[in-house]
Amino acid sequence: MRGSTIVSTDRQPVYHNHMKRHTKGNFHQTAAPLLFLLPNILIFGLFIIVPAIQGLRMSLTEWGVFTTPRFIGFANFVELAQDAVFWKTFSNTIVYSLFTVSLIMVYALALALLLYKNTIKGEKIFRSLFYIPSLLSMITVGIAWRFILGDEMGIINYLLRRFGGSGIPWLTDSNLAMISIIGVSIWAQAGYYMVILIAGLQAIPIELYEAATIDGASRTKTFTAITIPLLRSTLLVVMVLSTIASFKAYELISVMTKGGPGYATKLIVQQVYQVAFLEDRMGYASAMSIVLMLIISIFTLVQFKFSGREQGYE
Amino acid sequence: MNKQKVYNSIHYVLLIVLALGTLLPVLWVILSSFKPQSELFRVPLTFLPQKWTVQNYVSSLQAGNFPVYFSNTVFVAVVSTFITVMVNLMAGYALAKYIFKGRNLIFTIMIATLMIPLQVIMIPIFLQLKNLGMLNSLWGIIIPPAATPTGVFLARQYLVNLPDSLIEAARIDGAKEYSIFFRLILPMSKPIVATIAIFSFMWRWNDYLWPLIVITDNKKQTVQQALANFVGQLQINWSDLLAMTTIAIIPVIIVFLAFQRFFFSGIAAGSVKG
Repeated sequence: MRGSTIVSTDRQPVYHNHMKRHTKGNFHQTAAPLLFLLPNILIFGLFIIVPAIQGLRMSLTEWGVFTTPRFIGFANFVELAQDAVFWKTFSNTIVYSLFTVSLIMVYALALALLLYKNTIKGEKIFRSLFYIPSLLSMITVGIAWRFILGDEMGIINYLLRRFGGSGIPWLTDSNLAMISIIGVSIWAQAGYYMVILIAGLQAIPIELYEAATIDGASRTKTFTAITIPLLRSTLLVVMVLSTIASFKAYELISVMTKGGPGYATKLIVQQVYQVAFLEDRMGYASAMSIVLMLIISIFTLVQFKFSGREQGYE
Repeated sequence: MNKQKVYNSIHYVLLIVLALGTLLPVLWVILSSFKPQSELFRVPLTFLPQKWTVQNYVSSLQAGNFPVYFSNTVFVAVVSTFITVMVNLMAGYALAKYIFKGRNLIFTIMIATLMIPLQVIMIPIFLQLKNLGMLNSLWGIIIPPAATPTGVFLARQYLVNLPDSLIEAARIDGAKEYSIFFRLILPMSKPIVATIAIFSFMWRWNDYLWPLIVITDNKKQTVQQALANFVGQLQINWSDLLAMTTIAIIPVIIVFLAFQRFFFSGIAAGSVKG
């Protein structure tokens, strides 16, 4: 946000007039813009668009790396419907996403509320501190927490035993493993969403709060009547971004639990990788990817719909 | 007034507790990497190493191919960042400053693909790279993810605000379109170039999935791959692993500390306005 204001200097109004007058005339060129776009479109088309279409086609085939693809219609999807492991990873994905996204939103909002006002000392330092986990790769986050949550030698169980408790099987009990993964996901990502929410909170005009204070509104009232409604579009952005991120959770789980114990923490993305590259059933795995894509689209659409309906402003 | 003071102290206490919860795990890993192997799991555990040592670093750098992985990753991150900045800045410029048929369509398609996680198309991408002979090549990691919708979006957003009159003046002076871009636009785009470069570097440094798809040759792997392999073994040598993990996180923390303001403005620009 601030980045884009750096060059718009005091002379901006003049430019504005020029822009309006000339955009249609002088700037109407075809060769130059296409050349500037070419590298991007080439890479983009070759490695995003074509594979996306190819993926759809593959889902209707039986396809291994070294065999000739064979068209089998919707057989992959029929098999998928009866695949117990797939349904387990499906429900794991939903559970993981729902909890991770909602808890991240609550925690990141709490952090943002504590840190957006620019009034207390050291606010900027705190912001940076909370952002630090977002800098780390999910592989290193996973390693760090596996070290910390280890059954026998992890520091947390050590402290629990030291103070009279007993060790907790953080990563080896089915339910606890899912809870641990969700907790670590929140720890790792909240700072990023906090930054987005701080920007959103700071964009709310201060006059509104002043007016509310003059009217004698309580803190709770101000929060529910001003902060939340005006923050709604930012909250939507956070919700959509964290939802998409939660469906991608691959690294963290492969380092911390490998999807175990059993299938307790295995998500669809792990299963796709397993089936495609370890079992060499690329067509079947593509069908899974399509289902994953559908879930993501449905989630995102519902979120847009849901927050759009209640939106009274803009 | 007194009530305000109480509020303030609760505020601080809360922040400090949460900040400790955020930082202690990272500190614990870094400090433990300086403990001698014999001390790592010795009861009673101590927060600070009793005896500081860099032995874990020495042995992890000597063992196996870690220096190779490290230099692969530096190469990939640096070259990718350069390509990503150029490709996306040029595209953002075309979308911001020219009017042509299909402009909005192209932009919309690019932004829409943000919703497709790589995981969903990783199989066809693998086959595509195989067809193009890019498997097991560092270029296979570098080039495919270089055109990012976010990068185009940030560049376009920034360049739209640059004055058109400068470009016109250059045209009147007879400047060619490409030289307007390289001589005029590029120097004026420093803040957004910095933002895209920093995010690109971080993302490439931390990326695991692209290398996982592209690279099977042991000598071509990246640091994140090496870490994932190391932690996948049955007997984990935690002393070495923690040292390697620390080596993997230091560059991103340095980049962050050096360029903090670009991080927060970049995240805000890419999300709130989008």
